[in-house]
Amino acid sequence: MFISSQNSPTSFKDFTLVMPAVAVGNVGQLAVDLMVSTLNMTRAGYIHTDCLIPMSGNNPYATCRGDAEELHTPAEVYIAAELKLAVLQIRAPIIQTKSKKFRQLVVTWIKASGFSRTVILSSSHAYQRDDQQLQGTPLRYLATPSLHKVSEDAFKELGWREMERVPAFPALTDASTEPRLYIPGGGITKGLYTDSCEEDLPLAVLLLFCSEGDNIPDSFTLVNHLNDWLHLLDNPSKEPNKWKIPTSWSLLFGSGIPPALF
Amino acid sequence: MATFFGEVLSVYSRAVEEDEEDLQENEEDEQIRRELEEKREVHLQWSPEVSESLKSGNKLQCTDFILAVGHNAARFLSVYVLTSANWDAVGHASVWNERSRAVSGQTSEESACVFYRQKDNPSVLICQVTCYIAEDQLFQWTERVFECLQLRELNVTVLSDSSVAEYKTADYLCCSSAPFLRSLHTGAFSGKPVCQSLEQPNIVTGLPAAVLNHCEVHRIATVVYQCYSDVIGPDSVTMETYKPALTKLGKSIQLDPSPSTDVLRKFARNNVQSNLYI
Repeated sequence: MFISSQNSPTSFKDFTLVMPAVAVGNVGQLAVDLMVSTLNMTRAGYIHTDCLIPMSGNNPYATCRGDAEELHTPAEVYIAAELKLAVLQIRAPIIQTKSKKFRQLVVTWIKASGFSRTVILSSSHAYQRDDQQLQGTPLRYLATPSLHKVSEDAFKELGWREMERVPAFPALTDASTEPRLYIPGGGITKGLYTDSCEEDLPLAVLLLFCSEGDNIPDSFTLVNHLNDWLHLLDNPSKEPNKWKIPTSWSLLFGSGIPPALF
Repeated sequence: MATFFGEVLSVYSRAVEEDEEDLQENEEDEQIRRELEEKREVHLQWSPEVSESLKSGNKLQCTDFILAVGHNAARFLSVYVLTSANWDAVGHASVWNERSRAVSGQTSEESACVFYRQKDNPSVLICQVTCYIAEDQLFQWTERVFECLQLRELNVTVLSDSSVAEYKTADYLCCSSAPFLRSLHTGAFSGKPVCQSLEQPNIVTGLPAAVLNHCEVHRIATVVYQCYSDVIGPDSVTMETYKPALTKLGKSIQLDPSPSTDVLRKFARNNVQSNLYI
């Protein structure tokens, strides 16, 4: 359920929504973090639900001492009104038995808010690629029919590769089984995509094949890829450090080490 | 994932295997799942007078709700607060999950999450939680409890135990620095916390986080005091760390400044045992 944190309710009419899928290496979530901190987006509200594991902390995007003490929750919506852009950041895993309920909640909210299009940032296990997927770029996209109608030319111009359908039984060459969409480690990505196809929502999935580890470089790859399409920042590739890393990314590998070690 | 020291760790992936739910469940599986879900529900049992007033639509009139999560936090309240005045147990919450002991009578379950109210000042409600509440039950526990409370002018204080191993800091923590307190509060909280705010990238999880989330979206003034301790199990030094958190509530709660050793002995292990030899 969306709860506004501002006194006047925000209208998302004709906004573009970007949201991560909690997936391998948390690449989508990291990419969304980069967007919120670089574009100085403001919080519009919370998604308050029992489908996510509770967590909270102080402002993950604090820039100075003054704004550090501000409570943040597992799922929050941020906006940049001048870009007509909204993002939904998800900071906690989805409770396994409630992933279907969460998908329904997200789809209902997207429909009710009147977003013009939705982009899911996601990732998939690199080790489960098949032969055709191993070659070339690790980036893929998927678009629902209603988005394909309007953005097909844009994707062609960008030269993006669509996510391949893989045979259901790789060893068998049975013509009767249709190749299927398979996104291992992608969390709710596939479910959200198929739900959106059924509901006729304009939705795109951008995903990256990766492995668990230090996924910061992956998140830069994915957010730059998104930027090629949406033009949130001009020419970020020429200045590689244009995306601002938020303060909450510090100490990813644990605390300081005892000085007595040396 | 391999660490800097070369050992290979199996990493817990947050990504849920999406294929699992594609499987068609048969009726029996579905029934088992439904029954399990029912069993995992959080139940609140109030004393006859409280449940009667709740039934007639009157919520619990309290201005201060103090929630202690963990053994040290709960025992701190037992030693410093609950002994010094007339407190009545007014209810308890029962939670069943994978860590609940197999049928050892209701008693242990009932004593793990108890609500107390002062006899002559019913505006203070205390809750001690020492049992494990599973991730899928936290949200429901919070909803059920706050449903019973009058929310106007409510102040919530949460005391919570945590291990110092979970605390991240760029400086190496010297062993003499633990135990210490960190605070986290909702936007509606207007006071000044008695200790430093929890620094990023540290986060709060579990029941304190569920309460904070609930209170943030419903604009209830709430502060969480998280105590980072390096001792496993209840000890008096860790308990004492919570003292400043409650001195703020001085007008509504009397802290016992020096509890008798008998009381302390009952609730704390006074000789810290070495864990060198098991």
